[in-house]
Amino acid sequence: MVDTKIKIRDLDFFYGKKQILFNVDLDFYSNQITSLIGPSGCGKSTLLRCLNRMNDIIPGIKVNGNILYNKFNLYKEENSVVEIRKKIGMVFQKPNPFPMSIFNNVSYGLRVQGEKDKEKIKKIVRESLEKADLYDEVKNRLNSSAFSLSGGQQQRLCIARALAINPDVILLDEPCSALDPIATAKIEELLKKIKKEHTIIIVTHNMHQAKRISDYTCYLLDGKIIEFSETNELFNNPKNKLTKDYINGVFG
Amino acid sequence: MNQQKKIIENITKKWLFLVSLTTLVILIGIFFLLFFTGIKAFSEISLFEFFFGTNWNPTAYHEPSWGIFSLFIGTLMVTFGSLAFAIPLGIMSAIYLAEIASPKVREIVKPTIEMIAGIPSVVLGLIGLLFLSPLIAKLFGLSSGLTGLTSSIVVGIMVLPTIISISEDVITSLPREFKEASLALGATKWQTIKMVLVPASLSGIVAAIMLGLGRAVGETIVVLMLAGNSRAFPTSIFDSVRPMTANIAIEIKEVIRGGLHYKSLFAIGLVLFLMTFLINFISDLIIDKHVKKYKW
Ligand SMILES: Nc1ncnc2c1ncn2[C@@H]1O[C@H](COP(=O)(O)OP(=O)(O)O)[C@@H](O)[C@H]1O
Ligand SMILES: [Mg+2]
Repeated sequence: MVDTKIKIRDLDFFYGKKQILFNVDLDFYSNQITSLIGPSGCGKSTLLRCLNRMNDIIPGIKVNGNILYNKFNLYKEENSVVEIRKKIGMVFQKPNPFPMSIFNNVSYGLRVQGEKDKEKIKKIVRESLEKADLYDEVKNRLNSSAFSLSGGQQQRLCIARALAINPDVILLDEPCSALDPIATAKIEELLKKIKKEHTIIIVTHNMHQAKRISDYTCYLLDGKIIEFSETNELFNNPKNKLTKDYINGVFG
Repeated sequence: MNQQKKIIENITKKWLFLVSLTTLVILIGIFFLLFFTGIKAFSEISLFEFFFGTNWNPTAYHEPSWGIFSLFIGTLMVTFGSLAFAIPLGIMSAIYLAEIASPKVREIVKPTIEMIAGIPSVVLGLIGLLFLSPLIAKLFGLSSGLTGLTSSIVVGIMVLPTIISISEDVITSLPREFKEASLALGATKWQTIKMVLVPASLSGIVAAIMLGLGRAVGETIVVLMLAGNSRAFPTSIFDSVRPMTANIAIEIKEVIRGGLHYKSLFAIGLVLFLMTFLINFISDLIIDKHVKKYKW
């Protein structure tokens, strides 16, 4: 049996008056990769950004319901956003390294936490880059600008940056949508490798990607969960007609 | 029909070309006038005396002196005095407006600040004369409130809108992704501002400061009204000073056209021109670099 890491119960989400998520109930399991799939605009990013309270920075949002992370209610503890985000990291759709050196990008989270020990920072930066399969490519130019890297390398840098503070859960919002197939394959390999230590939740519009990498898949349509099950089950034996239509490409 | 359109387009093009050409010719003409009149002063005044002499007294009965050093220091004092005041205030306001103020507050405050830029400087000078100068005299126990400090503060207020408005634009135009990435790593709002947003906009902020600097160097009417205009070598910000711009404005009325005094004022104008030219040139370089860095 797998442990549940995050439990979403009765979640409604609004941008102003416009409701985006409806009554979402969903579990994410420890050390598993869960994919969120669904047509564009169905609320995948919104749901993902509820999990680290990233939506909080948008004015006028409203959240009803509960999200439990290890029994800890994410939306009850008012002032712990910073703590939540240290435990639940995020990688964005477009690679977004800071305008700093490669080294300083990876060390950012540690510096934010007030880590001063130079040797410790160096060690963690190296380990994080290694975990993100980037170390060999950048070890001779850690002080170059992060913008000097290719798109795929920048995205792996962003993964290394997230890994450096050793988050429990990693959220990824279509991390490969701007990348070519080779760069995509590298990231997929790396996600499969790091799930031993982290729980991974990934939004993807690419069903093949969901099939390739995830243990569980959730199909979302118009802000509602249509189907959630083991990936093989969902793709080979969908229970819901809507899911069947989607994976058979009726939706384009 | 098409033929007609083409002709009109052609005429418009030529006309616009002519207008830009005229502007260019006039600008070059001004520069040459400044240059060739100013340079003539040095046939009679030694470069060394001009730049390093601390006495400026072209109308002395016995031996006139031509040193602009005191005036130059006056210009520097007012320029840097005003920036010392405008830079911290400007950057803090820009950060506040860009990252902290609610959209409503920003909508009201930003246009208001930009409006200050539209107040004629003579009006600001008047306000300084009536309110600030007596206050400064009283506060520091001076016999006169017309000092380098007084004009610095008012010139600072003049350049503040430029610094705030450009810096705010630079900060708000940073990709939203920088901020999100930082917050997602557990940084607080302040850490994000300090460690990501300000460093990322630094070259833009520097460019804003340089633009303010250019304006402060060339400002004339405010210093004429508030700096006191003494030609003595200034030793502190509480002294009366006479920046180069004010000196030209004061003396140009009383010189004989074509005389040495006349030429020497043009030479001072040339120095001012070169200073602002250099400042603009440097800020262009910085802005250029900034734009390239964030093509992203
Ligand atoms: N900041 C916002 N304000 C208002 N509506 C938004 C905002 N962001 C997204 N939306 C709307 O919410 C819906 C879901 O968006 P999103 O979660 O980004 O979908 P997905 O990631 O599945 O493509 C869309 O209809 C989108 O237009
Ligand atoms: Mg999305």
